[in-house]
Amino acid sequence: MTQRIWYKPSKTILTAIALVFIIASGARAELLIRITEGADSAIPVAVVPFAESGQMPAGDTVSSVVQADLAMSGEFRTLPPEKMLSLPSRREEVYFRDWRLLGQRYVLVGSLTRSGDRVQARYELFDVNREERILGETAAAPASNLRSLAHHISDKVYEAITGVPGVFSTQLAFVTLDAANGKPRYRLQVSDVDGKRARIRLESEEPILSPAWSPDGKKLAYVSFETGKPVIFVHELAAGKRTKVADFPGLNSAPAWSDDGRSLLMTLSKDGNAEIYRMNLETRQLTKLTNHWAIDTEANWDASGEGIFFTSDRSGGPQIYYMETPGAEPRRITFGSRYNARPRPGPNGEFVYYVHQRDRAFHIARTDLETGEETILTRSESDESPSVAPNGRMLIYATQQSGTSVLTVISTDGGAAYSLPGSVGEVRDPAWGPLVR
Amino acid sequence: MKISAHSKAFALLLSVGLVAGCSSTGGAPEDAPYGSDVGAVDQDGGSTVYSGDDQDGISSSAMTEEERMAAREQAEMEALREVRVFYFDFDTAEIKPEARDVLVAHARYLANNPGQNVRVEGHADERGTKEYNLALGERRANAVQRFLIVNGASRGQIETVSYGEEKPAVMGSSESAWAQNRRVELVFE
Repeated sequence: MTQRIWYKPSKTILTAIALVFIIASGARAELLIRITEGADSAIPVAVVPFAESGQMPAGDTVSSVVQADLAMSGEFRTLPPEKMLSLPSRREEVYFRDWRLLGQRYVLVGSLTRSGDRVQARYELFDVNREERILGETAAAPASNLRSLAHHISDKVYEAITGVPGVFSTQLAFVTLDAANGKPRYRLQVSDVDGKRARIRLESEEPILSPAWSPDGKKLAYVSFETGKPVIFVHELAAGKRTKVADFPGLNSAPAWSDDGRSLLMTLSKDGNAEIYRMNLETRQLTKLTNHWAIDTEANWDASGEGIFFTSDRSGGPQIYYMETPGAEPRRITFGSRYNARPRPGPNGEFVYYVHQRDRAFHIARTDLETGEETILTRSESDESPSVAPNGRMLIYATQQSGTSVLTVISTDGGAAYSLPGSVGEVRDPAWGPLVR
Repeated sequence: MKISAHSKAFALLLSVGLVAGCSSTGGAPEDAPYGSDVGAVDQDGGSTVYSGDDQDGISSSAMTEEERMAAREQAEMEALREVRVFYFDFDTAEIKPEARDVLVAHARYLANNPGQNVRVEGHADERGTKEYNLALGERRANAVQRFLIVNGASRGQIETVSYGEEKPAVMGSSESAWAQNRRVELVFE
């Protein structure tokens, strides 16, 4: 396997566009969002502010959310509305020559109509050079839920241009840490993909770790230290109910769901050292998958749902290993440095992403599963907890910025970065939720 | 202690006088030869045995050489057992040579006090991944547990838990902070 390692440079640094959102207090907490840099190859797209008919709720407009979504992906460069020469809302009003002058490849126009407590959106996406409409739709939503309507539009626009499903309607889970009354306060939270509308699901004085989404997006498994040691819970989000599923002596950690949602991979040390097990959630029966004196942990199913990636230090330091089937003889995947851990396979079977140490810094890297080629994706240096978006095109991870822990989204070609620093305290352990049709 | 005939006579005279002088009060003799907190503790026939406790705690009854050595070792062990935190290098669970004497002292103490329990808490510095660090903290705690057992403690006295990187002793992202966080702590219950 040839080993070539190179950093993906960001060739141009765009002027940072600071989007600052009001921080709400109480059970809903919101994250500040800041775009840090964009990629040179980003596609220029103009999201024209939608025409409005009727009273729209206060807060971000639908088109501003669409604009922010597309920019976050790192694959688009959006045009600030103040630079637009006109504000069309339908085809008749679009002068393609103007948009060509502004260097745009696509232009999105639309209108919103309020009717009772619902809002209807009609929107169209045009290819500027071909002067053709490539997407047009009418969609409706309650006036109280325009954010979801906007994310739906972003998904459609993204897919129309790239051919890949958008992930703007997915959710994030993450853990925040701050202090209350002199004691640490951990909170497991779920938010929109852009960090907005965060809701607290669990609050504890003891650490909460490793949230993992069930494939149907309805449950989170996680590790909680509330009883003084690590224990795995499965938490039903809608009902707010949870079940303790693993409380064996020693470690109960690193939960990961199977594709059918019926079993969890987990790391247990009840038999003497950290090994990987599979637990059938219905019967609670355990199957032991590794058997080695080394630390074996951080197991995750591959894209096909048949093989398992995991971290093991059986060769001296942590490296990524792969079992073709559960319990099969593991094969080592990473060789490029002395510390590679926490594998997260992309959804297409092409890559596995992980934490990689190089020259005393910890980056997010990926290995091409066919060629073995390793690429470092980040320039930040204390990275951990990568989680891949379900369309494989973005990745979120935790890193240190100015002494505090923040979440950063990058496009998986490494070209762009988008930070979600916490409004209060530290944010860590992000988990990207599934696409839910 | 040998008392010469001459001293015995002297003591006899003294004691007669003392008895005459303080029989009603029973307090300390006015001019006791060893200081004001020395008092008569016994009277056997005509002689008085003086005993007492000085401020430095060395009783005037003789300590044997063995007893002195045992007391010194006891004090050393107690001093060693003041140390309850043990440090590790990055990504290892190897107990350092300088920790061994201390851990032996703890092990002996546990062996001699079967009712005493201890919780061994393992930690890692913040670098790398949380889950691997959980397992690494456990490996460090287990290494200390094994050492204690080999040196006399019994398994039932020891509980281990790992906090991974979640409970640093020192905040910060410097080599110094990291070094202080790669640790095992003994918590006596």
